[in-house]
Amino acid sequence: MLTVPVETQLLFAGILFFLGLIGLLVRRNLVFMLMSIEIMFNSAGLVFIIAARHWDQPDGQVMFIFILAVTAVEVAIGLALILQVYHHFKTLDVDAINKLKDNS
Amino acid sequence: MDIFFYIAAVVAILSTIMAISGRNAIHSLLFLILSLLAISVVFYVLNAPFIAALEVIIYAGAIMVLFIFVTMMLNIGLEQKQEKKWLNPQMWIIPSILAAILFIDLMFALKNMPSVIPGKQVILPKQVGISLFTTYLLAVEIAAILLMAGVIGAYHLGSQKKKVLHRFLIKK
Repeated sequence: MLTVPVETQLLFAGILFFLGLIGLLVRRNLVFMLMSIEIMFNSAGLVFIIAARHWDQPDGQVMFIFILAVTAVEVAIGLALILQVYHHFKTLDVDAINKLKDNS
Repeated sequence: MDIFFYIAAVVAILSTIMAISGRNAIHSLLFLILSLLAISVVFYVLNAPFIAALEVIIYAGAIMVLFIFVTMMLNIGLEQKQEKKWLNPQMWIIPSILAAILFIDLMFALKNMPSVIPGKQVILPKQVGISLFTTYLLAVEIAAILLMAGVIGAYHLGSQKKKVLHRFLIKK
């Protein structure tokens, strides 16, 4: 029987979300940025599971399945975009992709 | 049971830190898979065995394999130029400080929450399935449309377009 309080579980999910946010802010590589978004999605799903356990309802798990579907679509589109960016610019550095920026 | 939660949580946090701070993309992805497996242990402890299985099969199995395939296709092991830029602290120090302030705020809010006794019963896949296909049937159909759009979009973006040039412009 798990007796870990809900606050500790939410703390764990919060730390994971924070790590994903830090990764998104720090890394300049597109693959790493997409990975960080994955970490954040996953921690959001973790919060749903914690809530489902707290209220003894299956709805949180249903929401996690929807998050899973959204994540799968997001990864497929994101990786296709990364491939296109790599073919155009020959790099994955987001700082190099500034063609819309006014450099004059 | 508590010890399983704490061990899995520590493993998940440490491997996530390794994943976002690694220099080699493949190594980071393998650490991320380790983190997802640890989170699936947490799901199991949290009375959600069905979601734990889905986490292993879909996240660690399908999505991460997609990541690894693309990383191997692009052949990005080490990128020295990008890492030099990454080591420049001016680029990210202010957003990180602001995010840390929000994080500390959230932690204080959670700490002051009244303590509650968590639920007891294991939520079986049967209950999840019944809820999914009765209460949330419309959302399932919307998710299906979203997946369809994703398939079409990924096909469109992934297809190599043939460049059509005038015959004078073709380099011999």
